[in-house]
Amino acid sequence: MTTSRLRGGLVTALTWVLVLGFFFPVAWMVFTAFKPESQAATVPPTFVPDLTLDRFQAVFDRDMLPYLINSLSASVGSTLLVLVLAVPAAYALSIRPVGNVRDALFFFISTRFMPVAASIIPVYLLLQSVGGLDNITWLTILYVGVNLPIAVWMMRSFLAEVPREIIEAAQIDGARLGTEIFRVVLPIVLPGVAAAGLICFIFAWNEFFLANLLTAQVARTTPPFLTSFVDGRGQFLAVLSAAATVAIVPVVLAGWIAQKQLVRGLAMGAIK
Amino acid sequence: MTTLMSPPTVRRPRRPAAGPAGRRSRLAVSRALLWPALATSIVLTQIPFVVTIYYSLQRWNMLRPGDRGFTGLDNYASVLRDGSFLSSLGSTVAVTGSSVVLSTLLGLLFAVLLDRSFVGRGVARTLMITPFLVMPAAAALVWKWSILDAATGMANWGLGLVGLPPVAWNTEVPIVTIILVLTWQYTPFAMLILLAGLQAQNKDVLEAAAVDGAGAFRTFTAITLPHLRQYVEIAVLLASIMLLQVFDPIAIMTRGTGGTKTLSYLLYERAFVGLEVGEAAAYGVMTVLVTIVVASVALRTLFKVFSREGIDR
Repeated sequence: MTTSRLRGGLVTALTWVLVLGFFFPVAWMVFTAFKPESQAATVPPTFVPDLTLDRFQAVFDRDMLPYLINSLSASVGSTLLVLVLAVPAAYALSIRPVGNVRDALFFFISTRFMPVAASIIPVYLLLQSVGGLDNITWLTILYVGVNLPIAVWMMRSFLAEVPREIIEAAQIDGARLGTEIFRVVLPIVLPGVAAAGLICFIFAWNEFFLANLLTAQVARTTPPFLTSFVDGRGQFLAVLSAAATVAIVPVVLAGWIAQKQLVRGLAMGAIK
Repeated sequence: MTTLMSPPTVRRPRRPAAGPAGRRSRLAVSRALLWPALATSIVLTQIPFVVTIYYSLQRWNMLRPGDRGFTGLDNYASVLRDGSFLSSLGSTVAVTGSSVVLSTLLGLLFAVLLDRSFVGRGVARTLMITPFLVMPAAAALVWKWSILDAATGMANWGLGLVGLPPVAWNTEVPIVTIILVLTWQYTPFAMLILLAGLQAQNKDVLEAAAVDGAGAFRTFTAITLPHLRQYVEIAVLLASIMLLQVFDPIAIMTRGTGGTKTLSYLLYERAFVGLEVGEAAAYGVMTVLVTIVVASVALRTLFKVFSREGIDR
């Protein structure tokens, strides 16, 4: 009994060491953000710095706000559009099956696996010719294309779990399609909608390739902006850490708070 | 389709949502719900891909707009003849392969550890999923400058503590820095999928094994691993497909140096630095083909390994 207890304790200790080790880069980044620049990159590392908010001030003095707003509008906008398109489609695929459900699902999943390399050149040339470069609306629309298949796939898994009896009962009652969707089905799958929305939001907020390529000044989002904090002429680690901390906070907090939905969404999207 | 085409049958008194007419209207509704998403997806991804294929058959450099025309498969020929495609394919396989294997193994370890019940499990799980939530651009920057910097990085400081010599990570072994970051970011993803697999295990079977006197290790290899097989497959497949397109850490940390010029980075260079539209489009088409091949090979290899180990059902 005692040896098995001891072993359990050791495994728990090992678990914590590994977990904290894995989390360390994030913790160290946030910690560095509160240091003055002169104590950020030292040998040996400074573990008891003079804590300061000065570097966050510096981040916003460098005008980070517009980039955050661009990120926010592209992420929120694309997520809402994706849900508006994906929920009815998933509904048709799971509850009111269309003729070729398998084909349609295969289409969506294969789209999801299609590398950006497949489409980026024509998209870039098209945007260039219509003056759509450096435009947040176009970036938002492209994010819809990226996230739509994932959302359809996830929502289909969630909708497939809705008990058929409930829907059939609503249909026998002669409920119209709108009532059927909004009053009967949607309340049941609302956590699923939240999960799919959260995952689309995270992907859009973190997206770098398209943002880096298709935006310059006006529509620049946070991820490519972050790279501008690397400064060849002097010390920049604390200000970079502060900017990175600001950049990751919305998604990390959202992910932590909605962890259950996030895990369920990923599991659903991946497994079913 | 055939149901739509078939002639209407003899009219009978209609019951709601039944009979051919009812089914037909239901089908129409379903189609109306489906087509906006389908059309959006086709316009935003499929049509550009077709255009990419078309471009790949053209001689077209943006610096010489006058000299544009159909060249058949010339771009593919020069892509295959040019050494950079093959070396890039090698880099892609090396980066993707090692990151996927490492993050799946670590993901399995963490899934098993975090499936046990212990004090603070919820917090531990929350901390573990964080690397997956961190913006990849931020992760790449922090790893490069804060953790792996040769002079002031935490990694070398840690090595020094145990008496090991420092490593110039970013200049000597750029490919290792990419694999480290990717493994760090994708381990939580693999862990989540495998944890879902562990939780879906039939508890009765595990108890029966314990009653029959099977030890923890034997139970794990004989029951849990075979059960996890499909979850491992999914984790490997999804991670492979996502990592094949990986771009952020390469653009931010190495700019394709030191064997890290993957296909997606090579395409970016050719198209948007070299302005070789036709050739870059050929790279794009090849990348899609490689993705399809890797996706199917990854699955097959996995099947083989499992059956060779004799832990197949």
